[in-house]
Order: sequence, then C-alpha cells, then structure tokens
Amino acid sequence: MAEAKSTDVKNQLFSAGVREYRTMGYYNTNYVPKDTDVLAAFRVTPQAGVPWEEAAAAVAGESSTATWTVVWTDKLTNLERYQAKCYRIEPVPGVDDQFIAYIAYDLALFEEGSIANLTSSIVGNVFGFKPLKALRLEDMRIPSHYARTFQGSPHGILVERDLLNKYGRPLLGATVKPKLGLSGKNYGRVVYEGLRGGLDFTKDDENTNSQPFQRWRERFLYCQDATSKAEAETNEQKGHYLNVTGPTMEEIYKRADFAKEIGAKVVMSDFLTIGWSAHTSLSIWCRENGMLLHCHRAMHAVMDRQKNHGINFRVLAKWLRLAGGDHLHTGTVFGKLEGDRNQVTGVADLLRLDKIPQDPTRGLYFDQEWGDLPTVLPVASGGIHVGHVARLLDLYGDDVILQFGGGTFGHPLGVAAGATANRVAVEAMVQARNEGRDYLGEDKQILAEAAKHSPELRAAIDVWKDIEFNYTSTDTVDVVASPTNA
Amino acid sequence: MKLETFSYLPQLSEAQIRGQVQYIIRQGYAPAVEYTDEPDAYNNYWTMWGLPMFEARDAAAVIFEVEACKRANPGSYVKVNGFDKTRQAQAISFVVYAPPADAD
Repeated sequence: MAEAKSTDVKNQLFSAGVREYRTMGYYNTNYVPKDTDVLAAFRVTPQAGVPWEEAAAAVAGESSTATWTVVWTDKLTNLERYQAKCYRIEPVPGVDDQFIAYIAYDLALFEEGSIANLTSSIVGNVFGFKPLKALRLEDMRIPSHYARTFQGSPHGILVERDLLNKYGRPLLGATVKPKLGLSGKNYGRVVYEGLRGGLDFTKDDENTNSQPFQRWRERFLYCQDATSKAEAETNEQKGHYLNVTGPTMEEIYKRADFAKEIGAKVVMSDFLTIGWSAHTSLSIWCRENGMLLHCHRAMHAVMDRQKNHGINFRVLAKWLRLAGGDHLHTGTVFGKLEGDRNQVTGVADLLRLDKIPQDPTRGLYFDQEWGDLPTVLPVASGGIHVGHVARLLDLYGDDVILQFGGGTFGHPLGVAAGATANRVAVEAMVQARNEGRDYLGEDKQILAEAAKHSPELRAAIDVWKDIEFNYTSTDTVDVVASPTNA
Repeated sequence: MKLETFSYLPQLSEAQIRGQVQYIIRQGYAPAVEYTDEPDAYNNYWTMWGLPMFEARDAAAVIFEVEACKRANPGSYVKVNGFDKTRQAQAISFVVYAPPADAD
C-alpha cells in the first residue's frame, strides 16, 4: 500500500470533491506512534467491496479531522498533526470480514480531564459511518501524560482499606433484595441484618433512586441508622452504598451532601446513565468530601455485549478509572452475568495495577501505564455463592468486593445467617491459601471444616452446593480458545 | 464483638498463627506486633510492640514477640500486621489474642 505523502495531500487539496481517506494521510503504516499519542484498536467490519485500508483510513478520518469532502479551510491548519493515523491493520483470526485497525491520535486533539471530549471524538460520528457494517472499539492506550490530567478515583484501594480498617481479605457486600418496592424502614431492616451478620457493605441497586414507594431521604436515613447499629454491634466498620443517581446534577449533589451530613461513608453512581461529566463531577466531590464512590455500570451491555459492534467493557473501565470511582462492577466468570475469564481478570488488573502489559490472550491490545492514578476495586457480583469462593479468590486475590445477593438473602436461616456464611467461607479460604494449602483442589473440604463451627455456612453449602451458570460467553478473545469457565 | 479478618473463625491456634506469619514473611511483607485495650473499629493506632520486624525470616521470632507482648499486657488485644513496602501499604492484619473475658 503506497503511503500518501504529505506533499500529495497539499497538492490534491486544491481539487474539491469526495476523496479517498487513505490518500489523505489517514492511513500511514510508516507512522511510529509517539509516547504521548492516544492509541485505539478498532474491530472494523467494512461493507462488502470496501478495501480494508480505505475502511481503516475512514475510521481514523471520521474520528478526527475529516469530513466527507475536501474543505479549503483544511489548508489553514497543520492537518498532518491533527489527523489521526491508522498505522497498522491486522486480520482477525478465523474471521474473514473483520480486521483490527490501530489508530494513533495526537494528544492535542483532547481536552484535559474530559471523558466527554475523548468519547465524542473517538466513539462519536464514526460509529454510524455507512461504509462500515459494524465497528467496535476494543481497547485504548491512554498515555500517562493524558491520564494525569484526570483526578481518577476519589481514594483508591489502599486508602479505602486504611479508612475502613480491613486488610488481607476480599471485602463482602450484597445488594438489597427485592430491589424495588420495599418501604424505607423495611429496606433498612435488610441492610441491618446483612451488615450485622458480617458483610462489609450493602448496596442500593442501580434503579433504586427515589420512587413513589420509597423516597431517597427516607431510604438514606433508615440505611444509615441500620449501618450505625450494625457497627456498634459488631465493632467493625460498615457501609451502605447510597445511590445518589438523580434526574439533575443539582439533585445528585443534594443527595450526596445529605449522605455525608448523616455520617454515611459511601455513595453510589450509575455512571453510564448519569453521563460521564456528571459522574466526573461527583467523583471530584467525593474526593473533596471524603466519601467513597461505588460505581454501577447499568447500560454497559448496550455498548459492550456485541462482539462486532460497540465498545468493549475494558475501554469503559479505563474511562471510569480516569473519571474516578472507588469500586466498579466488572462481572463474574462463574455467576449469572456475562464474563469471559481471561477478559474479566484483564479488566481487574487494568483497575488495580499501575502498569499492565499488552496481552492478546487477555484482550489487552496495548501496554497501559497509568502514571500513579489511584486504583479501583473491582466488584464481582451476580449469581455467586459460597461454593464459588475458592475460585473467586484464585481469580481476584484479596483486592475485590464479592457481592453475594441471592447468596445472602436467599439463605434458609435468614439474611444475617447468609451474611455470616459468606464471611466464614471467605475467611476460611483466605486462611487456607495463606497456609499454603491447595485451596482450589480442597475447597469443598475447607468449607466443610469451617462449617463445623458455623451452622450458617453448613446450611448455605447444603442449599447451593451445585448451582452453576455454564453458558458460553458471547464475548471471547480471538487469539486463543477461551472457555467461559476454566 | 468482631475484630475484622479471621474473627469469624474460631480463635487461631498457635500452629495456625504460625501459618499466617509464614505467609507474611513469604510475601516479603514486614511483620509487626501491636496491642491495645481499646480495639474499636475506629482506633487506627494501636501501641507498637517494638518496630516492625523488617529482617524477620522465621515465624518463630515473630511468635516469640507475640508471646512476650501477651505476657507483658495480659489484659490487652494483640494483633499481627504485615506491611508491604512496594505498595506502601498495610497488606494484612489480624488479631491473634483477645483477653479471656472478651473472647467470643
């Protein structure tokens, strides 16, 4: 493929009319990305008959400086600097109509600290571009130069552990069920029982906002009362994620201020439905006000579930790390919600580490260095129970929040007993791991031993011993065979 | 009353404590012994029983200090921490001794 020389671009620009993007410098395999460039990997499915180079160049063009025709004002700017450049394309193994386009964007294209600006550029108009049948943003390399223009998480994992006095084990949570329809007082009862039984956190659900059956102020007060009582009883710190998602930013701030005023530790945001700028504002408020921020990804599957179109969740997770959040739901491998093992742990590392190497088997297309941006605790949630604890510990290590919803509230002896069962199971498994036991191989035995001292755990084992959700993930990496449950 | 990590298990035996301390050393963390009469959830600073044992290579040395701390402070709670200098954080912490009247 002949590269379009810059002089060609200048000369040809005199003739108005529709031009091929690849002749305009948007496809340039000689370009060597700079350390400061934002890099993107797109999965491109062109319409039949559209050459790959042209499709790739069109993606670069439409996500940066180009429009459908030549405009004379292009000659008033340094187009070579501001145009995105597709510097490599790769076929997708086993698929003949898709390829991966690697595109570099100059840092000057982006406003500091603005996910809105980043996304308006990179996943803006280009996703509706007609010559493409489908388009998916698989990964981005955020240069640390750009990352450091964001605040990032209000606290990060290490600070949160110090604040809460919880070390050396996964944290435990549960979402109050039923998530809709309880009165504030009955809802608080569930919080109290869960926390006093041994959970660290309970949680509002994404659509628990302020409905006619339960207004937010009433819920906040009862939940905080329940949290304080459970703390006094257990001598441990507790929190309930108060969802401050609301119709306007003013309302979100009002709810967050009230949560702080009554002594709550943690608020929650549906960061995709309230929008990136609203969430970023809340994240900054949380840092300034010493409040932890729990992030629910409601609406993510609209964008990330289709393999050939949309935005991979790892990209949403990277944007969240920039915008800031102390906890982020990332799916589980074993539960009821979507999640491929390699990709789930890949995302967890993107949230928890400072330098994450490129690894195609985990869906990581680029090296990522965050420049000491604070970390985010991944949350594993959805259909998990005590029988999954060993595998969850193996997957995530200590830095994770395990949220057992049905696994807590569905316990035959009640909510507090369900919470205790989960806590005993986690502590017994951590103990066994630290002692050097083969806890994956001996997990049933370890749980049975622990259950001798815990009738709550015994009952949980009996109820859920064999429940699994073994459906094939719709989203797998291309390079290796990756079964849903390894 | 609960005291965070491992407090939902039966009180750790000496062999079990040794197992955990060996883990701390294996991970490259610095073990440390602390004690207090006020183990509430918001007490960030327990009294240090000496400095963290940066050079510890053997759990026995740490267990020795735990025992010495217990003997000197029979009415106090005693815990073992592990500090991870690469992450600049406390990585592990668990109570190894509660005075008999308060143990549950």
